[in-house]
Amino acid sequence: MTTATESLPPPTSTTGPIAWVRERLFSSPLNAILTILSVWLILMSLPPFIEWALIKANFTAATSQECRAGGGACWAFIGVKYRLMLFGLYPYDEQWRPLIATVILIAMIVVSTIPRFWTVILLPIWVGGLIAVSVLMWGGVLGLRYVEDTLWGGLPLTLILSTFGIAIAFPFGVALALGRRSKMPAIKTLCVLYIELIRGVPLISMLFMSSVMLPLFLPEGFSIDKLLRAQIAIILFAAAYLAEVVRGGLQAIPKGQYEGADSLGLSYGHKMGFIILPQALKIVIPPLVSLFIAVFKDTSLVVIIGIYDLMQSTKVALTDPAWRGFSIEAYIFVSMIYFVFCYSMSKYSQNLEKRLATGHKR
Amino acid sequence: MVAPIIELQTVNKWYGEFHVLRNINLTVKKGERIVVCGPSGSGKSTMIRCINRLEEHQKGHIIVDGTELTNDLKNIDAIRREVGMVFQHFNLFPHLTVLENLTLGPIWVLKKPKAEAEATAMKYLNRVRIPEQASKYPGQLSGGQQQRVAIARSLCMNPKIMLFDEPTSALDPEMVKEVLDVMVGLAEEGGMTMICVTHEMGFARKVADRVIFMDRGEIIEQNTPNEFFSNPQNERTQLFLSQILH
Amino acid sequence: MADHQSKGAQSAPPRRLSWNDPDVRSVVYQVVAVSIVVMVAWFLISNTLHNLSIRNISTGFDFLGRESGFAIGESPIAFGPENTYARAILVGLLNTIRVAVIGIILATIIGTVVGIARLSKNWLIAKLSMIYVEVIRNVPLLLQLFFWYALITETLPGPRSAITIMPGVFMSNRGIKVPAPTDHGAFDLAAIGFLLAFVLIGIMVNLAKKRQDATGKAFPVYRAGLALLVGMPVLGWLIGGAPLELDVPKLQGFNFVGGATLTPEFAALLFGLVLYTAGFIAEVVRSGIQAVNYGQWEAASALGLTRSQTLRLIVLPQSLRVIIPPMTSQYLNLTKNSSLAVAIGYPDIVSIANTTLNQTGQAIEGIMIIMAVYLAISLSISFFMNWYNKHIALVER
Repeated sequence: MTTATESLPPPTSTTGPIAWVRERLFSSPLNAILTILSVWLILMSLPPFIEWALIKANFTAATSQECRAGGGACWAFIGVKYRLMLFGLYPYDEQWRPLIATVILIAMIVVSTIPRFWTVILLPIWVGGLIAVSVLMWGGVLGLRYVEDTLWGGLPLTLILSTFGIAIAFPFGVALALGRRSKMPAIKTLCVLYIELIRGVPLISMLFMSSVMLPLFLPEGFSIDKLLRAQIAIILFAAAYLAEVVRGGLQAIPKGQYEGADSLGLSYGHKMGFIILPQALKIVIPPLVSLFIAVFKDTSLVVIIGIYDLMQSTKVALTDPAWRGFSIEAYIFVSMIYFVFCYSMSKYSQNLEKRLATGHKR
Repeated sequence: MVAPIIELQTVNKWYGEFHVLRNINLTVKKGERIVVCGPSGSGKSTMIRCINRLEEHQKGHIIVDGTELTNDLKNIDAIRREVGMVFQHFNLFPHLTVLENLTLGPIWVLKKPKAEAEATAMKYLNRVRIPEQASKYPGQLSGGQQQRVAIARSLCMNPKIMLFDEPTSALDPEMVKEVLDVMVGLAEEGGMTMICVTHEMGFARKVADRVIFMDRGEIIEQNTPNEFFSNPQNERTQLFLSQILH
Repeated sequence: MADHQSKGAQSAPPRRLSWNDPDVRSVVYQVVAVSIVVMVAWFLISNTLHNLSIRNISTGFDFLGRESGFAIGESPIAFGPENTYARAILVGLLNTIRVAVIGIILATIIGTVVGIARLSKNWLIAKLSMIYVEVIRNVPLLLQLFFWYALITETLPGPRSAITIMPGVFMSNRGIKVPAPTDHGAFDLAAIGFLLAFVLIGIMVNLAKKRQDATGKAFPVYRAGLALLVGMPVLGWLIGGAPLELDVPKLQGFNFVGGATLTPEFAALLFGLVLYTAGFIAEVVRSGIQAVNYGQWEAASALGLTRSQTLRLIVLPQSLRVIIPPMTSQYLNLTKNSSLAVAIGYPDIVSIANTTLNQTGQAIEGIMIIMAVYLAISLSISFFMNWYNKHIALVER
């Protein structure tokens, strides 16, 4: 039997806070300069910001004059206007409905990111969720007052536009991706044309098109309302990007999987439905989450065609003559809402990616 | 004389300009066990992959169990139902459990009730000696176990013909035997027509009725294992045998 | 392939048309798909034509030749209300290209620096860049544009009490004023010198490589290149007589005169686009560098290459291959995102086409112009990048 040499603590010069500082902040002259520069930058910007945002800020003022007097941020503005910013022009007494709708939408998104639910069960969850949201928002049944969709606004509208957008674009995107990989030249060309055309133009031009040209496209006497038009533009737009994401997943499936399915004599539908798509879609969940984040951010563009999403209702709140000139506060508040949503989704998708990357076990 | 179950008549195939199969003529009798060998790139995999139309031949005729392989999807489906295939890289479906891998074809292609398909699956899992792995995913099994599952998956389709495309060459050495044992068992049972592309010469000696040597897209030589190994006629065969038998 | 199939057909029995023939199926599917698309298109177009005739709107691009009657806030070429719509759209296009080109250059520089900084050993630098990237990427660009625009127009003082950043540079709610070179030949010479520097660098790189191949001696290409980039314009300026006077902006009445202006719209748009895209480029650069296996660094060190040689000869060529495709799509994104200009009133192509279609009622034409312009820009950037990508891929092998 051999006894191992007793392990000794490392020399103090490699551990402890001083070593940490030396190692992480002053390891070379260049690093020392950079550190000093950044500290200077932080000292220059952070204290004035804290002074503006917290110390001199006013949280309770009743009028804008009073609020402005302190010289700091006027968070009282948010307190006065947050209902308008979050729910837009939705009837004040009924605003619990968009609130519940928001919760349902968030719950749907959360459920979809949990691996245990990555089965067919997602389909009824989404269909049911979207129906529940529609009922809550429109009303007119179950004793709920009917609320026109021109009155919808704020955060629920932003969530609706992005979740409905992705959900409805999903089957189209999958079909486009399959079409682009098809051996049939005409179908392939159509899909490539659609995908590249849409990806080549900005979302704004799609929104303009839907708001200006869609009414012209329809037979005389038909009309679709503004919100639906924007939603269609977002769906058409998201489908093209979704197709490319799904195509990436399809490309990652080894040829052997196709051959294995073929050797069993499975039909094209069974092969895709049971073997290829389940694997391909699982691979692309992280990029799908990123796409969702992108669409979520991009729905803010509907401001430009005058739809009351979170961004627009904020701008409306800013036009109140009694409370002029608090854009910075309002934008910071809205930024924080967007940030919380996007950041948590992107962090989660990074985790997911790491978990999926370790082994092909499940 | 037993009727041929597979017939290849002057089969030719090109990959672009490259002529992979040149005038292949081969007749396989029902129940015959054939080993195909040859250097890499000689077209042996391509040949057996033409038999279940994973690859398309461009000239000549392939007739499997009385049905000619043409552009007719009904014939292709019919033939694929009768021909099982085991791949070099297993090609199990990683998102399905072992049992689901085995029952997918019987349920959706053969339209069997689920319970029956599962009973058959368990029978074949027993036969390849891994019934305890039924509820695991392929990624949790060793290479040898995965290949045995792949063999069982093909058997579940109740095929008349089994094609083996280098079934042991992606395996670690210590796992080759467990797969070969299953294949030997299948061969000794009789009745199954088998075509194996393999370099396992021990396997060839033990069970093959005929050994075929291919090189540069042609069948160079075919003979009984005894004659083939002890008395190779063609010098390319001699060279190949000297290289793999050391 | 089809050729070989026909060879097979010679010996095979004559083919009958059958639903089980994959070729027949494929033709049927394609005919069905194309006819659905054609039918939908025909339906939409006929509706549109009908609707247009009801509303008495004539189609066509004749309106482009008419007088526009509106003014444009900033324009690289002369423009007034008496000019045509066609010229207005050209102004919009030039404005789009201007903000896109400057934006791409700045975003690449900042993004690369931040991307490298995220991998820095310096804890503070790495954390700061991480915070930057996370915040910027997770807030909509439009919101950031509104934010910068509000910051400039609402919080900055008026021109009379403008902030002087350094002598001659003033910041106010009317934008940023900087000194501009006067209309002097020396500045043209300097510009020529700058362009000439690139040619000389190209020649020098070639010569240096030949010399190294022949003698094994390396030439300090980087330092010499930098010297040329600085030296040539200075030389041009000196030859032109080294004029010292600049057109410095001066306060006159309520506003500044002279100098060059960065309007609040342009400044907010450029600022927003650059910072936003830089956040994405930083991630592209970081993952590109991380994509190169650490073993490559070790192998290069084992050969005795220095850190900078390793970076230049081993790591960069490999990571560039990873970086370029996503970088291209970031450039395309920046260009497409510049269309958000319309929200803060910078006269880019979308904003001018939008004004035009509102004034003339030529909605379809206006949107077609916008889409055609962006498609052309997108396609040319991706063609160029594909060409470049192939080029470096070849050099590598």
